[in-house]
Amino acid sequence: MSIDKDKIKHVAKLARISLDEKKTDSLTKDLSSIFKFIEQLNELDTKKIEPLSSILNEPLRSREDEINDGKIKDQVLENSPKKNEEFFIVPKVVE
Amino acid sequence: MTDITKKSLTQIVKAIKNKEVSSTEVTSAFIKNIEKSKKLNAFITTCLDQALKKAKEFDKKQKLNLLLPGIPIAVKDLFCTKGVKTTAGSKMLENFIPTYESTITENLWSEGAFLLGKLNCDEYAMGSSNETSFYGNVVNPIEDKYVPGGSSGGSASALAADLTPTTIGTDTGGSIRQPASFTGTVGLKPTYGLCSRWGIVAFASSLDQAGPMTKTVEDCALMLESMAAFDKKDSTSIKKNKENYSKNLKDGIKGLKIGIPKEYRVENMPKEIDNLWENGKKILKDAGAKIIDISLSHTKYALPTYYIVAPAEASSNLARYDGVKYGYRSTKGSNLIEMYENTRSEGFGDEVKRRILIGTYVLSSGYYDAYYLKAQKVRKLIKEDFDRSFKDVDAILTPSTPSAAFKIGEKKDDPISMYLNDIFTVPANLAGIPAISVPSGRDKKGFPLGLQLIGKTLDEQKLLNIALAIEKRSVFKQSLKKWWEN
Repeated sequence: MSIDKDKIKHVAKLARISLDEKKTDSLTKDLSSIFKFIEQLNELDTKKIEPLSSILNEPLRSREDEINDGKIKDQVLENSPKKNEEFFIVPKVVE
Repeated sequence: MTDITKKSLTQIVKAIKNKEVSSTEVTSAFIKNIEKSKKLNAFITTCLDQALKKAKEFDKKQKLNLLLPGIPIAVKDLFCTKGVKTTAGSKMLENFIPTYESTITENLWSEGAFLLGKLNCDEYAMGSSNETSFYGNVVNPIEDKYVPGGSSGGSASALAADLTPTTIGTDTGGSIRQPASFTGTVGLKPTYGLCSRWGIVAFASSLDQAGPMTKTVEDCALMLESMAAFDKKDSTSIKKNKENYSKNLKDGIKGLKIGIPKEYRVENMPKEIDNLWENGKKILKDAGAKIIDISLSHTKYALPTYYIVAPAEASSNLARYDGVKYGYRSTKGSNLIEMYENTRSEGFGDEVKRRILIGTYVLSSGYYDAYYLKAQKVRKLIKEDFDRSFKDVDAILTPSTPSAAFKIGEKKDDPISMYLNDIFTVPANLAGIPAISVPSGRDKKGFPLGLQLIGKTLDEQKLLNIALAIEKRSVFKQSLKKWWEN
């Protein structure tokens, strides 16, 4: 599969990263060589192989659905780059 | 008086317990070294006053029955530390001050240790040379202008330069073992799930594992004992009894079977790496182990698999950096989407962007089966290779890295050649099994080289014992001129 500039632009949009033309060019070059490397995997026939879903030998634990923390609003807001006493503040989303 | 900062962690602990030295004296000695170490750029943040205060508090009310009594420790800046800036080597977290403490650091503090500072690392642990850090590259104390490896490069550099008696790193594809190998130190990546991931800035959650980096194998056992514990806050934490790794450490490997995987003899392997490996085999054989040739036939596919799985998980983990809840926010953009896009464009460095894009691509609609699902299938084959081999052998011996430390800038513009650094370390992460790098020789420039031992799930004790056998018999001895202090 070849990687072209349009594909990079599309993926960057999905990943919410803005790229200028120069960056798009260099990333197109980098990712083309990386995908060529990755595509060595196509040498392997894996039709009958079950994909690995967990590296642990036992299934993931489930926990009781109970409240064990909370009332830490100040802590949650503390590192926000823009906030008031109650909320995170973002650019206007409704007119 | 002999220089306390040159001693092993175990020796320092013993000296404090025997009241031959106080925690304040130990801490002051390391602080003195740190203050002269600017050239190495190993630290992002230091907490020297705070550490000295903790040392004095400890000396007033000595609790000597703990594992790490009054020991100052600097940690990789990927572990969240309450009230102390945690950057993950990124501009994105330049001002991030966690309101909580990671489980692993908490475990160390409850054994009597305290924080000396936060160590430089590749941005979000993505790198093999510490050159992707927003805070500048770290220098290897072995020689100026050489990389210390990565991503735990600051940790390795600080440890080798006697700036901290021990340290901790994280290893997603080799980030503990490769820098340990490059700096002549010991580094262990434990079994996935043995050390809690809670409070560690996430890179690739099915691969990330914290582990000790130390001057000796004995220190490594002591540190693992202090770190490893079941944690209900980490859903993949393994529930098991605590083990006494340091007390059970013994140099007795008679009759153990050591596998030598033929696939690790890669094309164009430098002669000195080959010699190192041969020498390792000889050491173990002389110590009474049996050397057995084995095959791990999918080894070649480990790196390509890793470069699908790790970026996929990273793209998902790093989606949280949106400029809203914490971290950097761009001032540019007229609406929410533009704010996100500019924040992430300005906040992340090149390597992180590269991996987010790879990850987003392999998970995107129409490509998921061809890449991500395919990689998970091959990952299964790689794990099965190991499962099969461990029916016949107790551990596997390989070189840790395909070369010694390289020059800063040498591989920076070629991602694939940088990725190839991790060729021997990545398989253990994919299989979730433990692996340790122990310094064992030198290349022709005199730079350290490490041997890697890979073990079965939760077989850390055996790995440590074999590593001890190598350490005791190898000719490697760390001796650094402190050129950076001038």
